[in-house]
Amino acid sequence: MNFELTEERQMLQDGLRRYLRESYTPTLRAELAESDHGYAQNVWSGLAEMGVIGALFDEEIGGFAGSGFDIAVVFEELGRVGAVDPLIDTAILGGGLIAALGNEAQKQIIEAVIDGSIQLAFAHGEPSSRYDLSRIEATATRHGDEFILNGRKAVVINAPAADHIVVSARTSGDAADRDGISLFLVSASNPGMTLRSYPLVSGCQAAELLLEDVRLGSDALLGGEGGAFEAITHTQARATLAISAEALGLMESIRELTNDYLKTRKQFGKPIGKFQALQHRMADVLIEIEQARSAVINLAGHIDAPAEIREKHVSATKNLIGNVAKLVTEESIQMHGGIGMTDEYELGHLAKRLIMVDHRFGDAIYHLERFIALAVA
Amino acid sequence: MDLNYTDEQKAFRDEVRSYLAEKLPARLVEKVRLGKTLTKQDHEEWHAILNERGWLAGNWPKTFGGAGWDAVQRHIFEDEMTRAAAPRIVPFGLGMLGPVLQKFGSKAQQDHYLPRILSGDDWWCQGYSEPGAGSDLASVRTTAERDGDDYIVNGQKTWTTLGQHANMIFCLVRTSKEGKPQEGISFLLIDMNSPGVKVRPIVLIDGEPEVNEVFFDDVRVPVENRVGEENKGWTYAKYLLTHERTNIAGVGFANAGLENLKRIARLERANGRPLIENPHFAARIARVEIDLMAMSTTNLRVVSKAAAGQAPGAESSMLKIKGTVIRQEINALTRSAVGPYAMPFASEALEDGSNLGPVGPDYAETATAQYLNNRKLSIFGGSNEIQRAIISKAILEL
Repeated sequence: MNFELTEERQMLQDGLRRYLRESYTPTLRAELAESDHGYAQNVWSGLAEMGVIGALFDEEIGGFAGSGFDIAVVFEELGRVGAVDPLIDTAILGGGLIAALGNEAQKQIIEAVIDGSIQLAFAHGEPSSRYDLSRIEATATRHGDEFILNGRKAVVINAPAADHIVVSARTSGDAADRDGISLFLVSASNPGMTLRSYPLVSGCQAAELLLEDVRLGSDALLGGEGGAFEAITHTQARATLAISAEALGLMESIRELTNDYLKTRKQFGKPIGKFQALQHRMADVLIEIEQARSAVINLAGHIDAPAEIREKHVSATKNLIGNVAKLVTEESIQMHGGIGMTDEYELGHLAKRLIMVDHRFGDAIYHLERFIALAVA
Repeated sequence: MDLNYTDEQKAFRDEVRSYLAEKLPARLVEKVRLGKTLTKQDHEEWHAILNERGWLAGNWPKTFGGAGWDAVQRHIFEDEMTRAAAPRIVPFGLGMLGPVLQKFGSKAQQDHYLPRILSGDDWWCQGYSEPGAGSDLASVRTTAERDGDDYIVNGQKTWTTLGQHANMIFCLVRTSKEGKPQEGISFLLIDMNSPGVKVRPIVLIDGEPEVNEVFFDDVRVPVENRVGEENKGWTYAKYLLTHERTNIAGVGFANAGLENLKRIARLERANGRPLIENPHFAARIARVEIDLMAMSTTNLRVVSKAAAGQAPGAESSMLKIKGTVIRQEINALTRSAVGPYAMPFASEALEDGSNLGPVGPDYAETATAQYLNNRKLSIFGGSNEIQRAIISKAILEL
């Protein structure tokens, strides 16, 4: 048993922490709010240069790592500074699906992903699919050598910046069937795709994507026709690990901010951290964050396990993260008082990012039910 | 023991209900239902309608132009208002300052200010909290030094709700550093157009500039603008806070929020079925509804004691804690109910005149903003930690 990071991962963590602390200055955050895509191109290029994007892919495809613990290290650090860079969307989701299913020609894109020159997004969820991965109503109909796509995709994060979008559509079956879902690698400039872009509470950008007779050659098909569900599930498992690790980093920073505040804010003649009522609650917050850390480790350690074991851990971890995220967000705002309600203070952005974690890849209730189905029943 | 209203109370409820059905503008109902930000004009329009009927100041005696209702009538009125999705009555002049002036103000102050509160000529805001005086309100540091017939005020107030609309502010200021901190505070009425007053908006985490900082730099305030005696302001401040705490449970808001939550949970689908049929989600809704049913009765118990002339004491603290926790849980469940559509940031959608339709369903648009905004409920008006301390001291004698 050994819970220490390997030397390589320790170096990755140290370097990334330093880089992000230097990059994510208060002025950067103000600039990002005004920027086109919600993130900074120079920070993104820096991440690529450091090899952070490459660390999310395995050697076979041109990366140099890509295991569960690499994902956990990278995203915890991103979480610590409340980074808004679309690494989940470009590398884990878009890049991950291309790496898993792409043919040689399609896999060429991964090189450009790793060197930071292109952006991706994964357009899967639909207005009525909520968190259900198989509820896909968008259709792809074959006409000779072509597919014609129609449908609507909801809250596609990073779509406004994406050069290519991985789009899911049904080539057969009914709305909730696992079989019959196909993936397509589509250029963002392909005719028939309309984006309505908007900012997110958590600070980056998304779009509603309307597909109207989007015509694609059969070379756009990613993987076999109708058989994408397992790859989507595995990729979402990796994305769930990433966002859970990010949540952990956010929790750590929020706890530090709150801890400092309890030591410095004085009311009734002493630091409010001297009041036992707050001490006990802060102790509970600490305990729950340690639980969150262990849950992230559990999922990282099982991310490449057989599907039934892996998915049990996905739901266990995401359920726990969702619950702890709510506790940490609400307690930190409460213990700060009014200042914790302001947009200007650092806590605001971190807390919003943390509370939004529950709305991606399934919330605590969704994963509670899923865990019951997978592990208890 | 009888849980029902008397016939007279029922008749009053019906009268309020039909008046609201007739006079409440549909445009305002729509904004309240969707959680949009009300403009100053919206508030003024609604105040004027209620004032015409003599119902704007339900808690004021008739001699001062109020409705003179007892606690049960006020409860019925507030309940009907939230049920009809009417804009809330802005409380600073009507609910807070009015009662203080009626009890402690001079005849001249009453004659001048009370009619202007009713007519909307003055919009008041509250100058209590300071950067260093939040929960510990008695440690206010804004000073007022006597100079002939004026005070010279210097200092800073913060968390001034809707101060951007106000032309008048009532303030706690320090007029003496002798004795206990509570003993050197005075209660001043300050014209915000006086030279040296500056207002700076504070944007909250929902993206809205709902509160403000107010700065005072050598602001001259006539001594006649002091309420009551010098250095006795703490007494008046506490009296005001007991009025701030009526309707503190927010039962009406909770009921409206719960109805909205259930409506959304019927429309949202999880695994192809209405979310409200999901046993785990339904259990969460049920838990909060059961809590709310009991709290409504706790609230009525306090209301009827008040109607019988017993001033509520530490019971207000219980209602504040329970009421805010329930409302915050309803907000959290509403945010959960809308799923991924909780993520879009809809700042512009909160404002008037946005011609973009909602990104997702209209009920999803403000779910996250309202969740974030209502984290304030357990912080302002004496944080829930302060309320617990009051209960342990006043009731438990610990």
